[in-house]
Amino acid sequence: MKNKKNKLEAIGLNAYYGDFLALKNISVAMEENQVTAFIGPSGCGKSTFLRTLNRMNDYIDGFRVEGEILLDEQDIYRKEVRVDELRKQVGMVFQKPNPFPKTIYENVVYGLKIQGIKDKELLMETAENTLRQTTLWEEVKDKLHKSALALSGGQQQRLCIARALAISPSVLLMDEPTSALDPISTAKIEELIYELKKNYTIVIVTHNMQQAGRISDHTAFFYMGELVEFAKTKTLFTSPKDTRTQNYITGRFG
Amino acid sequence: MRTSEKIIEGLLWLSAAITILVTAGIIWVLLSETVAFFSEVSIMSFLTDTEWTPLFAVKRFGILPLVAGTFLTTAIAIAVALPIGLTIAIYLNEYANASFRAVVKPLLEILATIPTVVYGFFALTVVTPFLQQIIPGLAGFNALSAGMVMGIMIIPMISSLSEDAISAVPKSLREAAYGMGSTRLQTAFGVMVPAASSGILVSIILAISRAVGETMLVAIAAGQQPRLTLNPLVPIETMTTYIVQVSLGDVPHGSLEYRTIFAVGITLFVFTFALNNISFWIKKKYQEKYD
Amino acid sequence: MTNSDRNRLKDKAFQVFGVFCTFIGLAVLAIFLIDILIDGLGRINWEFLNNLPSRRAHRAGIYTAWIGTLWILLLTTVIAFPLGISAGIYLEEYAKKSRMATILEINIANLAGVPSIIYGLLGLEIFVRLMALGGSLLAGALTLSLLILPIVIVTTREAIKAVPRSIREGSFALGASKWQTVWHQVLPASFGGILTGVILAMSRAVGEAAPLIVIGALAYVPFAPASPMDEFTVLPIQIFNWISRPQAAFATNAAAAIIVLLLITFILNGIAVYLRHKWQKRIKW
Repeated sequence: MKNKKNKLEAIGLNAYYGDFLALKNISVAMEENQVTAFIGPSGCGKSTFLRTLNRMNDYIDGFRVEGEILLDEQDIYRKEVRVDELRKQVGMVFQKPNPFPKTIYENVVYGLKIQGIKDKELLMETAENTLRQTTLWEEVKDKLHKSALALSGGQQQRLCIARALAISPSVLLMDEPTSALDPISTAKIEELIYELKKNYTIVIVTHNMQQAGRISDHTAFFYMGELVEFAKTKTLFTSPKDTRTQNYITGRFG
Repeated sequence: MRTSEKIIEGLLWLSAAITILVTAGIIWVLLSETVAFFSEVSIMSFLTDTEWTPLFAVKRFGILPLVAGTFLTTAIAIAVALPIGLTIAIYLNEYANASFRAVVKPLLEILATIPTVVYGFFALTVVTPFLQQIIPGLAGFNALSAGMVMGIMIIPMISSLSEDAISAVPKSLREAAYGMGSTRLQTAFGVMVPAASSGILVSIILAISRAVGETMLVAIAAGQQPRLTLNPLVPIETMTTYIVQVSLGDVPHGSLEYRTIFAVGITLFVFTFALNNISFWIKKKYQEKYD
Repeated sequence: MTNSDRNRLKDKAFQVFGVFCTFIGLAVLAIFLIDILIDGLGRINWEFLNNLPSRRAHRAGIYTAWIGTLWILLLTTVIAFPLGISAGIYLEEYAKKSRMATILEINIANLAGVPSIIYGLLGLEIFVRLMALGGSLLAGALTLSLLILPIVIVTTREAIKAVPRSIREGSFALGASKWQTVWHQVLPASFGGILTGVILAMSRAVGEAAPLIVIGALAYVPFAPASPMDEFTVLPIQIFNWISRPQAAFATNAAAAIIVLLLITFILNGIAVYLRHKWQKRIKW
């Protein structure tokens, strides 16, 4: 695995909300076609860090970063980078399923439509492909033009993943994607992540250490805005180097 | 793409900025005509003269009679609307059940949607004749009937804003009062109303501001005779009515008579502006208290 | 009688008073509607709706007035709708928390409290004189547009605010720009609320007489207006004019015209209430 390419890399990243230093000197690399998990107690900065990877925090007043985040060795915080272009490469799935109050079909093709793609056949083809990829096709193929809000929570979340895949990103960020779902839906999403990693680089924030253990190749443990430890998932869970990591994964806090 | 985004944002900004232009326009229009007015009439006599007869041969320009007319109708309106509106707010919050509230509130809101000329008709053709049977000396145009009907009209303003304020009081306070054996009435006046007092005050001030600016109702029912009196039984004239009265006539642009409506307008504006800002100020303090 | 008995009695007494107060407003409303109906309903017929104004009460109709009202309604909506919604979008989506936004917000709240007749004075100087539109429909509609602008802006903001942040983030995450997000997600999701506000604002505009009298709308207009530059009258002014006359027959005319005006007002409000209800049901986040 050592010869894998670094898809995403943070170098000396500090992030602030106003005067508050939320991320302290984070340096970490995420390899291509691997699943990297971020774990840590609430408020440790893992979600903030995830959201710097597609500049989702740009809209928050007083938020700023120092340092670099490289996507394919290019800093995404350079002036000339357009965030909409960046987000076409770095897709995101949120904690709570957030389908648009539109039809299932409109949800999936939204990303393409706003890029100006009008070719109906291409749109339909993409919709089918991505819905198949997310194993949703059989369940929704007869109600593509019904409201997405009528789907179950698990289906909604898979729809949100399909929606993200439709614009063919190379990276997929997932912010606790199963925390609002039941165990069966969670299992489906985990299987899906396993499949998706063949084609995508996946970064996932999770509250659930078992989940990190099941699905990720590498795990990063965040604590109070610091990256405490980063290692292969197996290594991190079996022989953590830092006592804070050890305390956390053995359930002594968090 | 980026330029079109910028253009759109610019257009949106422009739409918002127009509201500043409106304010500036109002102030400029009122000030420029008023300055011209005061080049011919002294501010002192405007503020202290007790007669307002700009349309007569002997012209007097004392704003006091118009201010008194406005004060009188407003005071009567608030005297009607405040006890009724506040009682409704308390009743709906502390006594009535949810389904009763759900029916009554929208019905009361209807009162606020009826055009004010309609209230004027009601005051003139129904309320005044009715009151004349009780009060023999009541003139056909009077502040009493106009003020009372205006009071009915602004009940929903006081009741719904006060109700919002009372229902924003944390439930725990009410429960604490009940826990100590208070009746609903004691809870309402001992705990809820004091806790919601600033919100209630805001509703009263906004209602006053509304009453001060009310035009058609008083123009129809209160008369067009400026006089410095607090007698509610005789015809009077409010600031707003005077502006309507002049607008209906044929007053040449640029004449002193024409300018009087702007001098009256700016007086009216100053009153409502002050009231509105006092209410913001209270509202702001009040919000800070609960956050 | 013990202290606690007395307290209970007072409590009951207030309850009765509460019911009384709640119903007094409604009772007055009912008396008033019945009175108007008795006075005016018999006067409403085809001629009344189609006749031009006249000095003789029995021949006078409200044709010019309701045509004028419809014109005013249409023009005011066309002007105030895009302007108010754009301003609302700017304040809610673009200008959050800036100094400028605070100033705009205070300013709009202030405008909402300015008496309508003051807007008449503004319209008189700016639209009638400075822009030389005279006492035309356009001048009237522009004046009323400024009057209802704060209402449209405030309700637009409320409606936009109700759209959850997750929808915006979902859209941004797919590479949508700010405006694309507003246009494709925020506006469709808040449209019901915005429409409700616009209709409420229209119902406010339909009842206004004072600012239009100030800009010189006349009670007597011999012909129904046919273009935005024509002179006009509206129902509330026609009603005001008839009320001001001493003959009882004109009071009957006024009552009949009031029925028509109230009908328009109630229909607009009814639509608004219906829309609000429907939209609240349809979208549950």
